[in-house]
Amino acid sequence: MAGVQLVKVTKNFGSVVAVDDFSLDIADKEFMVLLGPSGCGKSTVLRMIAGLEAPTSGEVFIGDQLMNGVAPKDRDVAMVFQSYALYPHKTVRANIEFPLKARGVDSKLRVAAVADAAAVLGLADLLDRKPGQLSGGQRQRVALARALVRDPQVFCMDEPLSNLDAKLRGETRSELVALHQRLGSTFVYVTHDQVEAMTMGSRIAVIVAGVLQQVGSPTDVYDRPANIFVATFLGTPPMNIFPAQLFEAGEHSVGVRPEHMRFVDSHSGGVEATIRLVEHLGHEVHVTGVLADGTVVVARHGGEEASPQSGDMVTVSAEARHRHRFDVSGRRLA
Amino acid sequence: MFRRRGDGLIASAMLAPAIAILSIFVVYPLGRAVWLGHLRCDATGRKCRTSGWMQYFDVLRSSDFQHALKVTFVYALLTVPAGLVIGVGLAVLADKQIRGIGFFRTIFSSTVATSVAVASLIWFVLLQPQVGLLPDMLSMFGVMKNPGLLNDAGTALPAIAITSIWANLGFTFIIVTAALQSIPAELFESAMMDGAGGWKRFTNVTIPMLSPTLLFVSVVLVTRAFQAYAEVDLLTKGGPNPERSTETVTYLIYGQTSLVKNDIGLKSTTAVLLFVILLVLSLVQFRSLERRVHYGN
Repeated sequence: MAGVQLVKVTKNFGSVVAVDDFSLDIADKEFMVLLGPSGCGKSTVLRMIAGLEAPTSGEVFIGDQLMNGVAPKDRDVAMVFQSYALYPHKTVRANIEFPLKARGVDSKLRVAAVADAAAVLGLADLLDRKPGQLSGGQRQRVALARALVRDPQVFCMDEPLSNLDAKLRGETRSELVALHQRLGSTFVYVTHDQVEAMTMGSRIAVIVAGVLQQVGSPTDVYDRPANIFVATFLGTPPMNIFPAQLFEAGEHSVGVRPEHMRFVDSHSGGVEATIRLVEHLGHEVHVTGVLADGTVVVARHGGEEASPQSGDMVTVSAEARHRHRFDVSGRRLA
Repeated sequence: MFRRRGDGLIASAMLAPAIAILSIFVVYPLGRAVWLGHLRCDATGRKCRTSGWMQYFDVLRSSDFQHALKVTFVYALLTVPAGLVIGVGLAVLADKQIRGIGFFRTIFSSTVATSVAVASLIWFVLLQPQVGLLPDMLSMFGVMKNPGLLNDAGTALPAIAITSIWANLGFTFIIVTAALQSIPAELFESAMMDGAGGWKRFTNVTIPMLSPTLLFVSVVLVTRAFQAYAEVDLLTKGGPNPERSTETVTYLIYGQTSLVKNDIGLKSTTAVLLFVILLVLSLVQFRSLERRVHYGN
């Protein structure tokens, strides 16, 4: 097994800079999630690790070996695509077996390896079916088995859960985490879904417009966002951003997560807001209000608490320890 | 079947134009040809007498028909596999994202806009022993220059086949290029990561994913081969004689030197037999190849 290192990697497509001066260390056996909005360059980073795109500049290492110019098949990297990229004319068995066959592995070893991979992913009964006869979740497992059967140093996964329904996505998330723990391999996982990132990653790398914004554990990134983008990208509903003057002195911005917004007595300080929308989600309630200057504020609280009604005037506040402070350029202060 | 009586009337009214066109231009001519096929007629086609339905079997057993059918089969064998292989090969080459490939795509697909008459004329000149380029090139390899490829009984049919392959190349190229562009790039990338080289990707991804298109193209090319007429008429007129080495079934029906040209009854019998043979061939192609064809999901 091996870690992955990207050193000052840039990727241009014509005049478009897809990835800009990107450096990242992924440790051996780590589950690294590349998180960002659509078009931010996270898939391009993954494809450069896999060898499907060549960096315009910079270096990609797998283990200690420089991978620039090394063909994808020689990198010992397996990839699970968003569309799964299963060969529709081959059976599940032939799909899983293909990487071994293409590399000239002996047929006895192939049979054993396919059986092992199928057993790990619960595909033993589906081996003679074609991908078209499988559900989305089963196809996803076949794609994983095809990656698994090669026993690669690094697994690259490009939004592999995005075609699944919400329930199956939740189930497969935990299966992937369990698989990572079981294999002890390095996983590089691309997603735009913050829930996937928060629940699966050992660490998260947040990318915007081809630039790495922050790398850290899910807790770090959520609790100490490096800038306003990261602060508002992670969390549902996103962090509220206010001018500092509403709560304290200074020219900076103040961010407060919705779960830390409190409805307080009008005499105890805070900001007045008019409630516009109350969303009951069962286990929690999202309350959306508007301040006098038009700023939208969202509060989140447990479903058992009494909630204001739409049209009510309320006073909202946040304890100082829950306030995140960002300078005028959006970077975190302290 | 219909929810209201009015629905049936509306449906009939909407189908009527299609039924009328099909009836006038397909069903009636076909029925008429089958009927004429048991008659013998004079040159004007006005005086006909019944010869009996056994005429179909008589024509089928006749040496002229069997010779023409053999020539047609050989012609199809010469044109279809070669046309398919060259068309797919060029389409795969032109599918690469490299500078200037658009020019080659235009060149490769240009024959689709070339009529059989023009293609035949071009190749008639190219194959001429006196001025043609091809006989000169072949003579370098010891292949005779005179009396010319089109005038030699052994080379006339392959020479016409070259014309047909060239003329059909644009059609095959365009259809296969469109099919290639609809194959998801991830399949090739996945195969690349799995360790498959160029040939393995071609046999394991490209060909299976192209299979419905290849079936369609092969059926069309076989049909075109069995309907070859203009190139034969323009290049050899069914000759060289007396071997009649390029007399295809269609030429037997319509050709100026055809043995049956003055009998509309016999022409119809031959035409109906050709129709049945093509129908059976197409069914055989579908049945035998369909198991290897993947229609995606």
